[in-house]
Amino acid sequence: MSTTENTESRERGKAPAGERVADWADGRLGIYSLAKSNMRKIFPDHWSFMLGEVCMYSFIIIILTGVYLTLFFHPSMNEVVYHGSYVPLQGQMMSEAFNSTLHISFDVRGGLLIRQIHHWAALIFLAGMFVHMMRVFFTGAFRKPREINWLFGFLLFVLGMFTGFTGYSLPDDLLSGTGVRFTEGAILSMPIVGTYISFFLFGGQFPGHDFVARFYSIHILLLPGIMLGLMVGHLILVFYHKHTQFAGPGKSEKNVVGMPLLPVYMAKAGGFFFLVFGVIAAIAATTQINPIWAMGPYRPDQVSTGAQPDWYMGFAEGLIRYMPGWEINFWGHTLVLGVFIPLVLFGLVLGAIALYPFIESWVTGDKSEHHILDRPRNAPTRTGFGVAWVTVYMIGLIGGGNDLIATHFHLSINDVTWFVRIFFFAGPVIAFIATKRICLGLQRRDRDKVLHGRETGIIKRLPHGEFIEVHEPLSQEQLHTLTAHHQYEPAQVGPAVDENGVERKIKGSEKLRAKLSGAYYGEDNQIPKPTVEEYKEITSGHGHH
Amino acid sequence: MKKLSARRRHPLAAVVVLLLALVGTGGAYALLAPTSKAQADETSQSLTIEEGKKLFSVSCASCHGTGGQGSSDGPSLVGVGAASVDFQVGTGRMPAATSQGPQVVAKKNIFTQAQIDQLAAYVASLGAGPEVPTSEQYGPDGADIAKGGELFRTNCAQCHNFVGSGGALTKGKFAPSLEGVAPKHIYEAMQTGPQNMPSFPDTTLSEKNKKDIIAYLDAVNSPKTVNPGGLNLGGLGPVSEGLFAWIFGLGALIAVAVWVAARTAKAKKS
Amino acid sequence: MSSQDIPEENLPAEQDHHAHGAVSVADERDPFSDPGLPPHEHRIQDIDERAAKRSERVVAMLFTVSMLATVGFIASYVTIPKDKAIFVFPIGHISALNFALGLTLGAALFCIGAGAVHWARTLMSDVEVADERHAISAPPEVKAKVLADFKQGAKESAIGRRKLIRTTMFGALTLVPLSGVVLLRDLGPLPGTSLRHTAWSKGKLLVNMNTNEPLRPSDVAVGSLTFAKPEGVEESQEDFQNVMAKAALMIIRLQPDNIKDKRELEWSHEGIVAYSKICTHVGCPISLYEQQTHHVLCPCHQSTFDLSDGARVIFGPAGHALPQLRIGVSEEGYLQALGDFEEPVGPAFWERG
Repeated sequence: MSTTENTESRERGKAPAGERVADWADGRLGIYSLAKSNMRKIFPDHWSFMLGEVCMYSFIIIILTGVYLTLFFHPSMNEVVYHGSYVPLQGQMMSEAFNSTLHISFDVRGGLLIRQIHHWAALIFLAGMFVHMMRVFFTGAFRKPREINWLFGFLLFVLGMFTGFTGYSLPDDLLSGTGVRFTEGAILSMPIVGTYISFFLFGGQFPGHDFVARFYSIHILLLPGIMLGLMVGHLILVFYHKHTQFAGPGKSEKNVVGMPLLPVYMAKAGGFFFLVFGVIAAIAATTQINPIWAMGPYRPDQVSTGAQPDWYMGFAEGLIRYMPGWEINFWGHTLVLGVFIPLVLFGLVLGAIALYPFIESWVTGDKSEHHILDRPRNAPTRTGFGVAWVTVYMIGLIGGGNDLIATHFHLSINDVTWFVRIFFFAGPVIAFIATKRICLGLQRRDRDKVLHGRETGIIKRLPHGEFIEVHEPLSQEQLHTLTAHHQYEPAQVGPAVDENGVERKIKGSEKLRAKLSGAYYGEDNQIPKPTVEEYKEITSGHGHH
Repeated sequence: MKKLSARRRHPLAAVVVLLLALVGTGGAYALLAPTSKAQADETSQSLTIEEGKKLFSVSCASCHGTGGQGSSDGPSLVGVGAASVDFQVGTGRMPAATSQGPQVVAKKNIFTQAQIDQLAAYVASLGAGPEVPTSEQYGPDGADIAKGGELFRTNCAQCHNFVGSGGALTKGKFAPSLEGVAPKHIYEAMQTGPQNMPSFPDTTLSEKNKKDIIAYLDAVNSPKTVNPGGLNLGGLGPVSEGLFAWIFGLGALIAVAVWVAARTAKAKKS
Repeated sequence: MSSQDIPEENLPAEQDHHAHGAVSVADERDPFSDPGLPPHEHRIQDIDERAAKRSERVVAMLFTVSMLATVGFIASYVTIPKDKAIFVFPIGHISALNFALGLTLGAALFCIGAGAVHWARTLMSDVEVADERHAISAPPEVKAKVLADFKQGAKESAIGRRKLIRTTMFGALTLVPLSGVVLLRDLGPLPGTSLRHTAWSKGKLLVNMNTNEPLRPSDVAVGSLTFAKPEGVEESQEDFQNVMAKAALMIIRLQPDNIKDKRELEWSHEGIVAYSKICTHVGCPISLYEQQTHHVLCPCHQSTFDLSDGARVIFGPAGHALPQLRIGVSEEGYLQALGDFEEPVGPAFWERG
């Protein structure tokens, strides 16, 4: 007993303090085994791989500033008279929620800055998630084994939207109150259950005295709690799957090329957190957001023009603005299609992008893992679908801002609405066709580049007077990079008779899959990538310019 | 849509022609105006009306009729009152260009205040209407800014936005921004309801109410207004905030990310 | 769908995977094959110690600036009064405290990040390394072991054999969350017919929102716009917001011969008509009244109603006309309601009918 104590104490005396702490922790948490595989984990370098970090860091910033705001905010709808330092509201009746938000903005030193950081970070968080999601989509990073992480990310985006909505509704100002009223109207439009859900949500008739307190617990506890869990899961999966990478020399489906977590990524990713926080703080220092004092307290009989939600809800706002006012009355009931259809469309449009990975993997029938990213041009149908989806989304945003577009471009608001109504249908079709053609054009250019070399821009005159442009053959690195992508064959409907010669029934789903697969990979839907034979024939035939 | 926007463009030529005509004729009348003080005192009112009538026949009669009775090109001015004239001419809306868009817009005023007063006096003589307010009526003394804010949100913000940035109406019409509009003109607009704006007569929006609203606007939308948070992005709310977050917020962060991820310059191979 | 359904040729061709790090030599046989990672090239800082020193100084300077900025932050917090405004071009008048705190905080944070990244980019090793990926799915023997273990566990529990236990357990687990659902019942009262009624009733005077005085017909001029509430409703009362969410009223006056709708004319008083201010689309207080066209536009979603024609919808997403309040004049000569709205005001709902 005494001997072991002695050796232990001697060892303790020798090892550096940091190591002793790590030993202590290892004995309880097993940190050495954990660090073994992760400390020098490799991450590839590409700016677009940092979009997710923008989201994570702004989420952390939102949590930090949000906790500070809860120290001063009163989630109560009791009416009080304002006696704070903002003169144009003194003596006005307002809810305690609005009153305490004014208090944060004018009477807590630094309160306005934190409020503005919180709100700007929220807008950037959602914008970052949108762009991150598009990066993942257009490079095909959602393919096996990352489909679940795609869904995690999608859920984070949707929950982020609702966390944002419940958050900006808390101050109970005239703008956000108008948004809450819209929510009530949208809920009322649901057949059968709408009225009940509305009464349960608002504790009776709108606006009641409850929704701020209820939104508060949803905004600061329920939704961010779920999001934090999803984000941790998202990160664990990124670590577990290891990051995807673009094709290039030395990069394959079986490896990941980049720099180790310790020290380079620790410094870069850690440093990036401070960079993101710094940029957002500077924006909050100079640019005003959601000036609730200018909007005044909410009253259901008051309104302002230019009543829009924050940008991430703008798409829903657009849907509701350009929908025609259809309403069906029957047997003493009203079916409010003018509001209910946009509500359903909102879910459908978001759901379409969420389910896309599963649709694509069904069409390709590909069950293998993918760690090398696609260039968007090499998946024309997917890219076309993605651009069409973004177009629908953008049309929604334009529709949501139709009044500002009308006033700023001197147009008629009715014309803008009609434009949006038409382009809600025409826009995605045009976008799909145009994108696909552009992708195929780029594929052709890549093919030419591989077979005929890079255009140098040097014009040479041949002895017999002909002018030609000198083409420089590509290096093997470039040749490899341009030909590394997979090309699928369109799936065929299997033979009508099975191996025993018995006629079998061809399922409708099988036919559909063959059709879709043809649209994805059939003739004219992808340019066959050059083969080694073609390359050799051309290079030996022409010789090198 | 194209056709409409084309119609909304005001041909500058018409304005220039009008300007020249008015500088010529209006200036000439002003020069010819009687100078004798005693005479002016005695007959100043009728003389002013007389001068106004002359100005009117040159600048307004082609649309509003020689007696202000109106025509197919312009409404009757009988009973609109001096306040209406002071607003319409003082903000440059009248005289309007001959080809109109969805609505007549404010432009540079081409008359002197004296000429406007003469025109106003003449039109007021055609039929009783609201008078031009005095500075006591629209001045800041004794105004309740907070009450003005509440009144503004009840009566005005639905068209003119929270702090008066303006907003869209149907078919290309719009409620203009209230930034830089003179208090007198705001008062007159409420009183008379120019174009599609409804009027807010003293019987429903009292003199004191109007004074409060003007004081509120002065506090929240004037060059001296403090935007504690910084740039107010046009006071347009979430749309401009969202654009800013995308372009400058996310844009700056992507620029930073490009720097973080970029390869460091390699030493040149010797 | 199992993988057997997929014909072999639909799957991507297996690619050659060259060992990484192979020396880059043009492959005669396959010019498209992977030449392997390019050789590492040195940065200026790797070979020139003076350049490395320069980088070190830049990093240290950035960290120092960050420290100074934090000191500046604290100094601003202590010294700048919270109501002080300064003019900064091109921002305009801004709170001095917000500006100073934000910029110092931003600088303090940004410089830490910039220092760390500059350190990583110029001084830390930039040799690219490759990590092998490992198969995610388990090898067959592991899968077999897990399945066997699971079967063993299921067998030992006898869940498959003792059906009664299984059935009742699932029943209990299904029912127990119901308690939670039941508890939600008191979130709010049942709607009943409350959405059908407002605070208006026969004989209630129309009180001007601006002056808080009852309106006389002579107060309301043609072309004017007035908002009203029912008499007896005060802002200080507890249910003011709920009352106004349904009772808000918009009053205009038309020339009686301009009124196209017969019922509208009947329910008006000398051309004065009173409509609900709450949009029938999703409930915004609609009130963008154009006095020349008699159209009223909703600022939220642009539903447009023609107030001279029974407030029917002429554009936008609203599904039905604005409800009209029947008005008359009391014995004292004030405008008064002749009853409640005959239909529910505000957004449509399932039970509206």
